[in-house]
Amino acid sequence: MPAVSKGDGMRGLAVFISDIRNCKSKEAEIKRINKELANIRSKFKGDKALDGYSKKKYVCKLLFIFLLGHDIDFGHMEAVNLLSSNKYTEKQIGYLFISVLVNSNSELIRLINNAIKNDLSSRNPTFMCLALHCIANVGSREMAEAFAGEIPRILVAGDTMDSVKQSAALCLLRLYKTSPDLVLMGEWTSRVVHLLNDQHMGVVTAAISLITCLSQKNPDEFKTCVSLAVSRLSRIVSSASTDLQDYTYYFVPAPWLSCKLLRLLQCYPPPEDGAVKGRLVECLETILNKAQEPPKSKKVQHSNAKNAILFEAISLIIHYDSEPNLLVRACNQLGQFLQHRETNLRYLALESMCTLASSEFSHEAVKTHIETVINALKTERDVSVRQRAADLLYAMCDRSNAKQIVAEMLSYLETADYSIREEMVLKVAILAEKYAVDYSWYVDTILNLIRIAGDYVSEEVWYRVIQIVINRDDVQGYAAKTVFEALQAPACHENMVKVGGYILGEFGNLIAGDPRSSPLVQFNLLHSKFHLCSVPTRALLLSAYIKFINLFPETKSTIQEVLRSDSQIRNSDVELQQRAVEYLKLSSIASTDVLATVLEEMPPFPERESSILAKLKKKKGPGAVSVNELEEGKREGGELNGGGERGGDSSSTPSPSADLLGLRAGPPVTAAAPSAGSLLVDVFSEAVKQPSPTAFLRLFVCKNNGVLFENQLLQIGIKSEYRQNLGRMYLFYGNKTSVQFVTFTTTVTCPGELQSHILHIHTWNSLEPLIEGGAQVQQVINIECLTDFSDAPLLNIKFRYGGALQNLTLKLPVTINKFFQPTEMASHDFFQRWKQLSLPQQEAQKIFKANHAMDTEVLKAKLLGLGMALLENVDPNPENFVCAGVIQTKAQQVGSLLRLEPNAQAQMYRLTVRSSKDTVSKRLCELLAEQF
Amino acid sequence: MIGGLFIYNHKGEVLISRVYRDDIGRNAVDAFRVNVIHARQQVRSPVTNIARTSFFHVKRSNIWLAAVTKQNVNAAMVFEFLYKMCDVMTAYFGKISEENIKNNFVLIYELLDEILDFGYPQNSETGALKTFITQQGIKGQHQTKEEQSQITSQVTGQIGWRREGIKYRRNELFLDVLESVNLLMSPQGQVLSAHVSGRVVMKSYLSGMPECKFGMNDKIVIDKQGKGGTTDEPGKSGKQSIAIDDCTFHQCVRLSKFDSERSISFIPPDGEYELMRYRTTKDIILPFRVIPLVREVGRTKLEVKVVIKSNFKPSLLAQKIEVRIPTPLNTSGVQVICMKGKAKYKASENAIVWKIKRMAGMKESQISAEIELLPTNDKKKWARPPISMNFEVPFAPSGLKVRYLKVFESKLNYSDHDVIKWVRYIGRSGIYETRC
Repeated sequence: MPAVSKGDGMRGLAVFISDIRNCKSKEAEIKRINKELANIRSKFKGDKALDGYSKKKYVCKLLFIFLLGHDIDFGHMEAVNLLSSNKYTEKQIGYLFISVLVNSNSELIRLINNAIKNDLSSRNPTFMCLALHCIANVGSREMAEAFAGEIPRILVAGDTMDSVKQSAALCLLRLYKTSPDLVLMGEWTSRVVHLLNDQHMGVVTAAISLITCLSQKNPDEFKTCVSLAVSRLSRIVSSASTDLQDYTYYFVPAPWLSCKLLRLLQCYPPPEDGAVKGRLVECLETILNKAQEPPKSKKVQHSNAKNAILFEAISLIIHYDSEPNLLVRACNQLGQFLQHRETNLRYLALESMCTLASSEFSHEAVKTHIETVINALKTERDVSVRQRAADLLYAMCDRSNAKQIVAEMLSYLETADYSIREEMVLKVAILAEKYAVDYSWYVDTILNLIRIAGDYVSEEVWYRVIQIVINRDDVQGYAAKTVFEALQAPACHENMVKVGGYILGEFGNLIAGDPRSSPLVQFNLLHSKFHLCSVPTRALLLSAYIKFINLFPETKSTIQEVLRSDSQIRNSDVELQQRAVEYLKLSSIASTDVLATVLEEMPPFPERESSILAKLKKKKGPGAVSVNELEEGKREGGELNGGGERGGDSSSTPSPSADLLGLRAGPPVTAAAPSAGSLLVDVFSEAVKQPSPTAFLRLFVCKNNGVLFENQLLQIGIKSEYRQNLGRMYLFYGNKTSVQFVTFTTTVTCPGELQSHILHIHTWNSLEPLIEGGAQVQQVINIECLTDFSDAPLLNIKFRYGGALQNLTLKLPVTINKFFQPTEMASHDFFQRWKQLSLPQQEAQKIFKANHAMDTEVLKAKLLGLGMALLENVDPNPENFVCAGVIQTKAQQVGSLLRLEPNAQAQMYRLTVRSSKDTVSKRLCELLAEQF
Repeated sequence: MIGGLFIYNHKGEVLISRVYRDDIGRNAVDAFRVNVIHARQQVRSPVTNIARTSFFHVKRSNIWLAAVTKQNVNAAMVFEFLYKMCDVMTAYFGKISEENIKNNFVLIYELLDEILDFGYPQNSETGALKTFITQQGIKGQHQTKEEQSQITSQVTGQIGWRREGIKYRRNELFLDVLESVNLLMSPQGQVLSAHVSGRVVMKSYLSGMPECKFGMNDKIVIDKQGKGGTTDEPGKSGKQSIAIDDCTFHQCVRLSKFDSERSISFIPPDGEYELMRYRTTKDIILPFRVIPLVREVGRTKLEVKVVIKSNFKPSLLAQKIEVRIPTPLNTSGVQVICMKGKAKYKASENAIVWKIKRMAGMKESQISAEIELLPTNDKKKWARPPISMNFEVPFAPSGLKVRYLKVFESKLNYSDHDVIKWVRYIGRSGIYETRC
């Protein structure tokens, strides 16, 4: 403590500290401390009052002992006494002790608060500063309660000294961060904004931190700060390095302030006022220009300060994403940094470029640096930089360079750190799928992936490869050949064996012509791996063997021999044993015709494979839509079978990715591909732009719970309950990666008409901005139906994953039928009401083709899920369904009646809805028509 | 088996590092330093597992000895070895201190090579070691071939602990019974736990290869004799025998004979050695009784009165008596009055220490103290640690008596009567505490 020991040197303290430092062992130190504590206790106990100096000295010693890690349970009173001293050093030590050691002890807190209050109201700026620092350091709720009202007053008061203003601003920031509910916005807020114009740069710097934090929560209140910030920034940027005297840091004018200003601007959209915008663009240009200038100093501080501003400016440019010129310039600037000597600079450049790559304006510019980035991936010594380089490669990948990038990433994978391998594998798989131009390339890539990093390849990846091969006849031969070659490696990964087993089992005949891969050779190759594999793989291989029997009758005896061996037919694993027994019997009993039928080539993958597809599809965007459909379909016992999906999807935006999956038997891939430009669509870039919202709604019309969305990063589950005109929706956001999501925000908006409070949506608990890897967070949304509506509210999700901003917009499955109240009524009641609602606009009718099989039970379940009461024995025709219900809205109740007449021969339905309100009838009819 | 052995000073600097097995990497040395010596919280367990490596450590003054292994070894064996290692070092160069270890590091490595082989403990008998690991270094080379081969045959022979051809003019034998008595007593005087751990230490200066037989008042032996009909003093023997809970012997004792006849016979090593160790828990003579009386007078004062009573024959004298009365952590002043000895408040140890030089049996003494307290904010109550005591008495608190120690030497011509024997009993306090 040099500052203290200089003026009125506390020799005792210095001696004590040096004694402690000289202690040979822990025991000796404890002994010395015990002795000192006893001494201080006897001093504090002593009847004669201590003078301020010795009190300060002993409190200092206590503080030192506490900081060494020992408990201090006395001396608080003496410290509080010091607060009322008039000497700066004594007061300072008192505050120091309080801020370090205070615990929520009621009696003392009151005394402390009193002392702080006195100091705040004193006119002495140093005392006020001390008090403010203490409040900020303690930052407890009690403190906030006591002073949250006082501090804004000090902050905006005209006669407050600059130094106090600085402290007050930072103190308020701290209080706001710990207990935001206690810091109330008021008339001071507008005056705080004007602190940006303050003469004193320190005040501006402090105030801007406060404003940035406040404006994140209340952007509207602080809107005016944008123009002020811009003018301030332009003054700083255009100033000569000598203008700002004290605030010039190694020839850079006010770097901290500039960074903070730029960061504040990032909280807002680009300024609408042309003049302001022009000025800002000018500033940004100047900053970019300055980066080109030769450095004014060789000192590292100079370049650090300069680069800090530059990076902040670049992130502002990226945030605005509207100035192609600036974006490209920023990109070029970053490109220069990519080869800079400084590791940190390279890291930052790569990180910023990642975000630049996602902007449409600068994507091309980023792509020009591909060689450098690949080089960085190969030669960089720092693992974190390599990771960024991999991220950037992923971000800059598109059709034109996919092959190159995937090849580079694959080759890097062989030497990559274990910690990032899983992520890399995922990325390669995504890219390969997303930009697959021809399937042989895709198959090659994925097989390579399995070969290089088999352990990190998840099930879904190899499932996917098989599905693609099965669904595409043109690659089958190639795949079989490649797999066969891959399997010839002496040691291959189990996943490779799985793929090999499956593909050879299906398409081994395609390469059997070659004597090098004759059936027996194929079989022996597979069987050589058999004993090294786990049970599930062995089971798969057994299936492959029986397929071999079908494909190549000449292998029959060999394979039967294998199946008959004790290690198969008497295997302790039930599954293996069963397979062995059954396959053996099958092969010996069944005739070749039967065998051929049973063991026919796998048909193209139908939808019922949904769960696998779903997991796989999480790698692609709108896939999420179909994922849901599929999963639901499965859960509901297949009532939404393939046919329905087909119809539904083709009505929404054509999603070619589904074709690759073989979801649809309909249009061939080659036909669909050109229409969308890419075979598979990625969630990150395109999901936002082309969600097919109707699909969601259709799904959730008849049910309240399910998976709303899923990709490889995020899963959103939904659970909702409705009563009368009120609803509550639980959203579960699950982070599926092992990396945390940062700045996770969700907003619910009601577009168009909805916004004009037809639907009242209120988000209940705000989310933490962080979701840890593998964690799940919950959000509750309360919904109130004011009047009937047809559109659905939008849910927007933004978060950063591995540096890249992810943006998702989904429709919330809130439909009018959710507010149904079932009404039971007898036959004549029904027809009476039916007749009452006979105005032409009250009725809506639709005749449509069945998309699903016409199963009565399934239909019933759906109609019940709709929320209406299903009335039995009402309609004379028992085939027909009749429902009644009342829609509860805040404004009114809308009674609705429904009649569904299926025609089994024609596979058609006629749906008639009558309700007291025409819009409701129409909407219900629309919603329901998609369900059957 | 032990993979390596490290010795650190109090700062955690490595003084000695000897690795016996390849599975112990270089970072093991640092791992122990970081996780144990420099640990934030003091590590109290003597066994620490770090990254599948086990560290067994003992501390001697400021020196840490740590044995490392990756295998699942017998921990008791490792500690026994470490203690032996300490004994060996002490025998070679006195106190184990940083200075001594630095000065003797060549010797220590030499010893480590000898007493551990590939992690398996070997001969750690000081006497035997000293024949071939000498501190005179170069002088050792003057040993003749004959002498060297003699050492080899002795060390590898059946009686590795004694060489042939020892000759003394005066055959002498010293026997010490060293006991430490441990006690935890409730404030009301109820014994909560008590046991005595004792050692029989011998120093023998005997010629030739004598055969010794050691007898004590072991209950099993006495009872057997009583049954056997040699009823010398039937009433007396039953009373004075002691029940030994468990015991261990020096390697020279013939265990087979002990198992079958429970007689302790052995060919003694030359010089000093520990013949046996034992533990008893029944019928312990507690040399002192501590009667505490603590009264809290308000929040700021504490009155303590402690009476100690000596509980042994008035003709015996206890020595080095020290009573340690812990004081609360917020003590601000102490006044002490004692009738005998000297008492002082030691702030650095948070205790009042009362010392009495000598005290005869069946006596009583008292101390009273007034402790002033500083009122604290914490509502934490003082834990009232027990009052502990140290002392030394000239008898064995377990009641052990040496009945005989016979020496036979058939080849040389001296009989049991010619050997001068000395027997001494010393009882010390171990952890001797009374709650207050």
